[in-house]
Amino acid sequence: MPASATGVHHRSYASELTLRHTRAERFRLLLILAAVVMVPFIVTPYWLTIANQIGIAVIGAVGLNILVGYTGQISLGQGGFLAVGAYTSALLHIRADLPVPVCIALAVITTAAIGALFGVPALRLKGLYLAIATLASQEIILFAVRTWDWLTGGVDAISLPRLEVGGFIFRQDFDWYWVIMAFAVLAVITGRNLFRTGLGRSFMAVRDQDIAASAMGVDVTRTKVLAFAISSAYAGLAGALMAHYTGIVTWERFTLDVSVLYLAIIIVGGLGSIAGSVYGAIFMITLPALITRFGQDFQSIWPQAAEKVPAVQVIVFGLVIVLFLIFEPRGLNRIWQRMKDYIRFWPYRY
Amino acid sequence: MSDFLQLTLFGLSNGAILALAALGFVLIYKATGVINFAQGHFLLIGAYVFYAAMIVFGFHWSLSVLIGVAVAIVLGVLVERFVLRPMIGEEAIAVIMVTIGLSSMFAGSVQFLFGTAPRETPRFLPSGAMELAGATVPWSRIWAIGIAAVVLTAFTLFFTRSRHGIAMRAVADDQQAALAIGISVRRVFALAWALAAATAVVGGILLANLTGVSPALAGFGLVVFPVVILGGLDSVPGTIAGGIIIGLLVQYTAGYIGGGFEQVIPFVVLIGILMVRPYGLFGQVRIERV
Repeated sequence: MPASATGVHHRSYASELTLRHTRAERFRLLLILAAVVMVPFIVTPYWLTIANQIGIAVIGAVGLNILVGYTGQISLGQGGFLAVGAYTSALLHIRADLPVPVCIALAVITTAAIGALFGVPALRLKGLYLAIATLASQEIILFAVRTWDWLTGGVDAISLPRLEVGGFIFRQDFDWYWVIMAFAVLAVITGRNLFRTGLGRSFMAVRDQDIAASAMGVDVTRTKVLAFAISSAYAGLAGALMAHYTGIVTWERFTLDVSVLYLAIIIVGGLGSIAGSVYGAIFMITLPALITRFGQDFQSIWPQAAEKVPAVQVIVFGLVIVLFLIFEPRGLNRIWQRMKDYIRFWPYRY
Repeated sequence: MSDFLQLTLFGLSNGAILALAALGFVLIYKATGVINFAQGHFLLIGAYVFYAAMIVFGFHWSLSVLIGVAVAIVLGVLVERFVLRPMIGEEAIAVIMVTIGLSSMFAGSVQFLFGTAPRETPRFLPSGAMELAGATVPWSRIWAIGIAAVVLTAFTLFFTRSRHGIAMRAVADDQQAALAIGISVRRVFALAWALAAATAVVGGILLANLTGVSPALAGFGLVVFPVVILGGLDSVPGTIAGGIIIGLLVQYTAGYIGGGFEQVIPFVVLIGILMVRPYGLFGQVRIERV
């Protein structure tokens, strides 16, 4: 446990129930809120797009962390669940002509149901075997998306009209920023609170020792299926938002690489930490964008730099995962905690 | 009938290469307990090193094969020493992700050096085709089956007859007992990675000759999972049976059902096997109930 989390003395139940205990924590929360509000007024349009992508990634990453980090069920199927969310919402909007908020809500419910279905193998399988089974689910979902022409339009992309709610049309990244951030904040808060409920605690019990959890009266079957359903609900939300934000839905955006990206986000951020999902999303989405910028700057010295950018992005992506796992398997969240401790005790070591 | 024969031979040759890739996978799993998601990328690297040696530098094909195998062995040992050894004792998710990270580094490096466009196929197996009961079968496919069979037999003999092979089986069985009788577990781990990389590279070279050299070769690695799960994660004979069954299944599905269904059939089989018999056809049965 980091030292900054110790030594808090509660005098009432109300103070114990708050998410933030110390003055420093509340001050930092204010700083973060101010930063979130300021960002769209400061940054260039390019970085605003990145900020929106980060917001969507945060939602998906919180969902995956609930499943992998907190419940210990390894899933390589996040891309597939994003696809289910995106396609459900897009098709309901185009074919059934439902309003977008309804579509997104239905997409969340549908993805949760499908996630629970694909979570059934988890009842029998653990660890490496489960990872392989979810890999198969990912391939099967994407195959269905590609070949069910009558439903999804097959390999062709679906384009969506601009989002319109109550006469207001969401045109630019600036308008979308507020929608996406609202959902991202909601995802983070619900994620944080989930693990203060009995259900959330039973997730962690199953992760730490499933047999002991079962002996204590945790229904392991129900817990695992619920973990898959809740995690997929977040993925469905992220997918649906992505569909309406970009206006284009195509299966190529939900390949195995996307599942791997989300796993990388939660590993770099910190497994079993909601804050870590946020740090990881910021880090892993900003990194390729930075490499692209570097490539452009580098072009005057080395003309081929721009065309090498995608390859360098892939190499750095792999390198970051490997380095984090070797040197800091508990991710950015742990690094941040250590920094806080260091500052708190300075000039002493402990 | 001729269709059937042709599909069977194509399926057998693909299955033989799959078995080679799966053999490396099983070697690593047996000795070190690691699921190697980078196995397909060893195939990719093998194909590209062979291509570079033979077409770009113009070496003779036999020398090119040796260069490919040498690169694979060095790479396998380096990966074991610097990436997998710090991971000993970590959770399954960390071990899986570290090999996924590795696969990304491999794929990126190949893309950095060679780009994404398909390259000229380095041909060393005899070209031309043979007429057999009305079916047209390229000679290269038959050679591929033969070469894979020789390599697989060599490995089976290695495991049952040679000192190192028996040491590897001892480590797979019980690491502490192996240490107690003086086997260097570290050396066995390094050997497992080197051999796994070498078999994958041989598979990659054969595949390069059959289907051409392109980044898509790594996709072959994903089909390794159905093969090893079907055969049993820790069974060497299982890789041969699994490779051939999956290879044939894919070809028959492509030939008789079609519609892209052959891309997904291995994974359907995979889920089915996992639900019914997670230890596969020949794997060791470990029962744990929750």
